[in-house]
Parts: sequence; structure tokens; C-alpha cells
Amino acid sequence: MSIFSKYEPLARSLAAVTHGGGRNPFSVVIDHPISSTVGVIEGRETLLFGTNNYLGLSQSEAAIEAAIDTLRTHGVGTTGSRIANGTQGLHRQLEERIAAFFRRRHCMVFSTGYQANLGMISALAGKDDYLLLDADSHASIYDGSRLSQAQVIRFRHNDADDLHKRLRRLDGTPGAKLIVVEGIYSMMGDVVPMAEFAAVKRETGAWLLADEAHSVGVMGEHGRGVAESCGVENDVDFVVGTFSKSLGTVGGYCVSDDDGLDLIRLCSRPYMFTASLPPDVIAATMAALSELEQRPELRHRLMDNARRLHAGLNAIGLRTGLQASPVVSVVLDEIDEAVRFWNRLLDLGVYVNLSLPPATPDQHPLLRTSVMATHDAAQIDQAIEIFAIVARELGLGQ
Amino acid sequence: MSETVADVSALIIQTLLANPKVPRDISGSSKIVEDLAFDSLAVMNFVMEIEDSLDVSVPLDRLADIRTIDDLANCIVSLKQGG
Repeated sequence: MSIFSKYEPLARSLAAVTHGGGRNPFSVVIDHPISSTVGVIEGRETLLFGTNNYLGLSQSEAAIEAAIDTLRTHGVGTTGSRIANGTQGLHRQLEERIAAFFRRRHCMVFSTGYQANLGMISALAGKDDYLLLDADSHASIYDGSRLSQAQVIRFRHNDADDLHKRLRRLDGTPGAKLIVVEGIYSMMGDVVPMAEFAAVKRETGAWLLADEAHSVGVMGEHGRGVAESCGVENDVDFVVGTFSKSLGTVGGYCVSDDDGLDLIRLCSRPYMFTASLPPDVIAATMAALSELEQRPELRHRLMDNARRLHAGLNAIGLRTGLQASPVVSVVLDEIDEAVRFWNRLLDLGVYVNLSLPPATPDQHPLLRTSVMATHDAAQIDQAIEIFAIVARELGLGQ
Repeated sequence: MSETVADVSALIIQTLLANPKVPRDISGSSKIVEDLAFDSLAVMNFVMEIEDSLDVSVPLDRLADIRTIDDLANCIVSLKQGG
């Protein structure tokens, strides 16, 4: 028996997606980017509407220059973990910069956003504690909960009353209770009602961790995320985030005012047992953060673009989430239909993400788009027009 | 009132049968993943419905040991008894 035999159902699902000559949607190659909004795919210039590069900073000139300068002075890697030889002055500088940006006392930087959730959740919640997770949580949160060995309880998506009910069932149970929510949920782009969750946290004495991976640089007057925009930053004990979305690089972090965060450095396995970020990535991230702070117009343009795309896709009769956010997903009913739609979009020069169950809420396949501050109106209109053409071909929408 | 395993099993079956995609001939010994063709997310979502009906929370790690409808009923009864 092959060691791969357990993956036969997966192989069949993949074959169903690619039969009839369709592409493998999980193996798309962007040959190279031309700008933040256009890349070359299959030899053609293609509009990028699925990169999470919300402010377009992956192509920031300032970040590129900072990275090049730092490569010359620091070399290409650290060859070590944060608790051994992998902490350079730059890592500390970045942690201080991120903490200052969030007005928090402490920051830990991880090598990826995935590891930040994995490392924080697994270390904060011990086996006698309870983790309360939103049902639509990202895989990194679920994986962190498994690594933690804590008791894991799901509550209904974005439903603070449901969370309250589940916390009430734990009345009198020993062990810390850690609530985990996301600022913007990555599949549908829906925003957490953070003030409602903050109220439940206050009332029940639980701890609150907010993963603001998709909302930092996007929401809030200063770009600090949904907690800022809802005015409840003081109620969020731990903010986790990533550099690989609005900051355009790679890496993750957690900020907190709690002095205990320093102890997590010595018990978080995803922090301790992996190589630290290379110096050029740190330099680029700090440059991108400066740009995020100094150019609030990027956030305004991003939200204008999000509203334009959301309204345009709804106007042609496609079904999306209710809120206009930088993630706009078109909800379809059948996987076959979604696969054909996605292939035709790419044929006609628009790249989006194809998201399939069980990675999506409610078992619906999604054409997940993400918009950027650097898209211009003509690019958004062109993408909407191509969506309309394909929808007509498939007999969907208006 | 304390539910028996048979009560809880019957409630689970009744809840499952409300879903038209579930085979009509399920019983307490039906395997949730294999016989009902539920993926991991579908299992978690369906357990959430049962949790609400019975005012109990089933921690996700307990699901790992559950194969059949009766296993789930046993687990819930044990949780409601404080186990």
C-alpha cells in the first residue's frame, strides 16, 4: 500500500478540477510582476486581483532601496533562530518600530504570519485552558489550537452572543479562556464587530487575541486595524499580524502591553525552532511601515477601490458579501461552475483566487478577489467588465 | 432533566435527517465521516447545531475520537455529566 493512498480522495478532487484541460488553480505561476497590479502569467500581462498586496507596497521603491542597502551591509541571512544567533540589532529595531506603531509596550516578530498565530496561540493556551475560536478562523489559528493542547470550542462566525453563551457554559471551570477573532476574515472579507467581542471579554474576564492580518494598514484612522476603528484597542490583549499583506514583505508579529510576552519567546516552538527573518526583509518592512504611516491616502484610495469593485460586481448580478472591504468574494453554487469561471477570467487576463470548500464558509466555492490602493479606476472597471463577459458566457448574473 | 445516550442519539439522527443530503437509513452505528460523507468542516458545523440543542460545548479534541453517531451521543452525555 502506498504511503500516498490516504490522499486518493484528494487526487480525485484535483482531477475533477482539472479535467477537460482546466488549469490547476493551486499551481498558477506569476512569471514576474510588472507592477503591483499587473503580472505576467502564461506569457500575458494579467491584472492582479488576488494578491492581498493591499497598499501595493511589495513594489515600494523605498522598501526596495532599503533592502538593497541592507543586503550590502548585513548579507543575505541570519542562519539561526531568534533564541540563538538569529537576533540581530535589526530584529530588535523592527520590534520596537512595530510596538511604537501599535502604541504597545512589547512586540515579538516571527518568520511568517502563519507562525505568529501558531506560536502565540500554542504558547498562550496550555492544556488546562480554553480557546474560543470563531468558526471561520484561518487555518493558522486552528493549527495553533491543536499545537496548544488546550480545550477548543468554536462559536458561530462573528456572533458575540453565541460566544457569550459558550463562555457562560464554562462558568466555574478552572483555566484561562482565550478568545480568538480576526479583524477581516480572509475568505469573505467580512469585518469583525470588535466592540461587541470586547464587551463580552470585559464581562467574562476572558483574554482577547485579534488577528489583524488583513486589516492592519486597511482599517482605523492610523491603520492599526479594526480594534482601532472600533475604539476598543485597550480591550485587545494581543494583536497578531503579518508583514505579507499591507506591508508587502514576509513575517509576522504579536504586540501586547503584557510583560508576559517576553516569556513567550522561551516557550513558543514556532518562534524558537526556525530561522529568523533575513536582514533585507526587515529593512524593507520598516521602510514599508514608514510609507503606511506617512501615506494615509493609500488607505483612502484602497477603500474607494474596494467600494468600486464591490458595487460593480453586484451591479452585474453577481453575489458577494454584504460589506465592501478589500476582500470581495463572488459566491457561486457549484464547484464546476467556479472552476470554469476562474479559468475564463484568467484566459481573459484577470487573476483572482479560486477558493473551494472546505476552506470556504458554508460549503460555497468562491472567486476571491483582493483590491489594491494602486489599482486605477480603469483597471477595476476592466476587471468588472471581464467578470460580466464570463458571467454571460456561463449564464450567470444578469 | 438528564438525557440518556439513546435520547441524544435520537436527537442527533433527527437533526441529521433535516439535511436532505444525508442518507435516510442512518442509525446510531452510522459512521459520521464515511457513511454521511461529511468533511471536517461539515462535522464541526453539525456538532455546533447539536451543542445548541443540548446546551453543551464539545471541545474539538473530543471529536477526534468520535466515529459513530452513538460515539458522539456518549461523549455529549459524559460532558453533560461533567466528564
